[in-house]
Amino acid sequence: MITHYGYCDGSGEYYIIIDSDKCSGCGKCVQKCPQSALKLETEFIDLEDKTVAAVSEEHRKKIKYTCGSCNPESNNVPCVLTCEAKAISCVWNPR
Amino acid sequence: MSKPKGKEFWRWQEYHRIMPGKKWSSKDIITAGVDVGSVGSKAAIMVNGEAYSWGITRTGSNSPESANKALDYALEDTGLKVSDLKYIVGTGYGRVNVPMANKAITEIACHAKGANYIWGPTVRTVLDVGGQDIKAIRIDETGRVVSFLMNDKCAAGTGRGMEVFADLLQIPIEQIGEISLKVEKEPEPVSCTCVAFAKTEAMGLLRKGWSREKVLAAYTRAMAVRMANLINRVGLEKELVVTGGQSKNIGIVSRIEAILGVKTLPMPNWRDEGSLDPMVAGALGAASLAKALYEKAQKR
Amino acid sequence: MITVGMDLGTQRVQVVILKDGCIVARSWAFSGFDPTKAAEQAVDEAVKQSNLKLSDVNHFAATGSAIDMAPYAYSKVSMMSADAKAGVFLVPKARTIIDIGAEEARAVKCDEKGIMVDFVVNERCAAGAGAFIEAMARALEMKMEDMGPLALKAERASPINASCVIFGESDVVSLIHRQESKPEIARAVYDAMADRVSSMIHRLGINPEVVLVGGVAKDPGFIASLNRKLGLTVVIPEYPEYVGALGAALIAATRVKEGKK
Repeated sequence: MITHYGYCDGSGEYYIIIDSDKCSGCGKCVQKCPQSALKLETEFIDLEDKTVAAVSEEHRKKIKYTCGSCNPESNNVPCVLTCEAKAISCVWNPR
Repeated sequence: MSKPKGKEFWRWQEYHRIMPGKKWSSKDIITAGVDVGSVGSKAAIMVNGEAYSWGITRTGSNSPESANKALDYALEDTGLKVSDLKYIVGTGYGRVNVPMANKAITEIACHAKGANYIWGPTVRTVLDVGGQDIKAIRIDETGRVVSFLMNDKCAAGTGRGMEVFADLLQIPIEQIGEISLKVEKEPEPVSCTCVAFAKTEAMGLLRKGWSREKVLAAYTRAMAVRMANLINRVGLEKELVVTGGQSKNIGIVSRIEAILGVKTLPMPNWRDEGSLDPMVAGALGAASLAKALYEKAQKR
Repeated sequence: MITVGMDLGTQRVQVVILKDGCIVARSWAFSGFDPTKAAEQAVDEAVKQSNLKLSDVNHFAATGSAIDMAPYAYSKVSMMSADAKAGVFLVPKARTIIDIGAEEARAVKCDEKGIMVDFVVNERCAAGAGAFIEAMARALEMKMEDMGPLALKAERASPINASCVIFGESDVVSLIHRQESKPEIARAVYDAMADRVSSMIHRLGINPEVVLVGGVAKDPGFIASLNRKLGLTVVIPEYPEYVGALGAALIAATRVKEGKK
């Protein structure tokens, strides 16, 4: 399942997108994030509990600022670059 | 301006229902789902995966109490006791607060399963517009979530945001849908999605001589555009369904349909005695997942 | 050399007259429905104040959200550049300028000459600007100037939903209904705003001195929360609301000198 963490408000849309089907739960993105915005979480998928990466609750509503310093417009951000499974990506469209 | 929290933007009543003609026996797999939301608590009972009964009550200040109250309401007059339930799944805003649940599952998974149950395997995209959040969910033919987005950061388009505009234009909230359609020509949407700034923009338009209907139409259009964007973000796939408080706002629904070029599936009329109620989609989904989990446990 | 800087905001117009590098007049007017007229009035007032004539002015420069409505032939100055220039003029060690207006919040990183190096803007979302504080004061049924001192009385902040003005208002209203302490609610409002500003400037790096300007710079509640959040003491220059107009006037003078009229 693809989860979009972030929001769309008057100033634009900002999402960190994690595909839990592809995510192996390796935790590399969690370690690489300079803001410690990512964590591993248990998700209920296909009647099983699976450990996958997620954006921490406290950052979900201010992701524009949390992720701003990594220049997400380029999509060359540490979390995206380090993921071997290509499970994480971002959408960054300021108005 | 000062209104107590918990005011519903589209009035709904507490009620419970037993589906006519449905029975249960001790040989059946009887499961329950309990969905404790920020405004309403719902519980549904399924017999062999078919909806049997449900109850909807107001959420109080105590979540476990609300969960108990909703479940008792769903069981009322059925002859069933909590101990007859083979498996209970809890969900909702604070899903960990359903004390009698065997398992807690996210409201997204439950809502998706419930939408699949209510509308059938053809529904693939669900837009749920609540009082304080908007969710866009894409599902497959079994009700499994494919892609999901939740927006509770910005009030634009939520019930609360619409209420602010209804107040500003002095139009009763139940009428903002039909009144927004009372324009000869659809105006351009307001340029601000931000409700607070849109209010200022609206006051400027009123001063310029725009009618309230026209201002409301411009604002509703901006909100519909926003919601269409959220749907496109998860990917639109027919059939589309709009649930939650704003599903009753025909101004929003008709504009979303026009923008996306699809017709939404009709809502079941919960007032019909034999009808399902989209408000209990989460609870029904939870009860359905409860059955699947029970069967899985039995296989071991 | 006499230059006039005009800052046309959505609520107010500010004007500063600079003569040979010194401020000789400041004036303002409500923008109302005709910001051009308001700016003309403010300029007239300032000219009178300084005992000059309009024809003495070498150059007009304008900035602000309603920049296109400025009167007199003028050159345009971005709000960011104005903030940087005026910030360093008033506080020579200033390297980070935070400007929180009613509808927009900005943070500017600059060098010792007042040239802007980097900036961050928060716009089109009321929660990121002074509008947030205004709306919360209304929800608390008090004047903005009273909310600051009230917040200073609190030792903790009530939890509120601060991501959106509309949700914040709902939260404040229900907290009041539950008889929660108003000082703690007020402090929560400022803490939320400070948290957002701090996150915003994180990307720029917090380079002291940090200068705070804009309408909110006169609010003791916000200043206390911001200092707490940033872990330092922000510098508030005199007449913080005139920073935009001052910056425009300074840049106008530079342009005349460099023949870049």
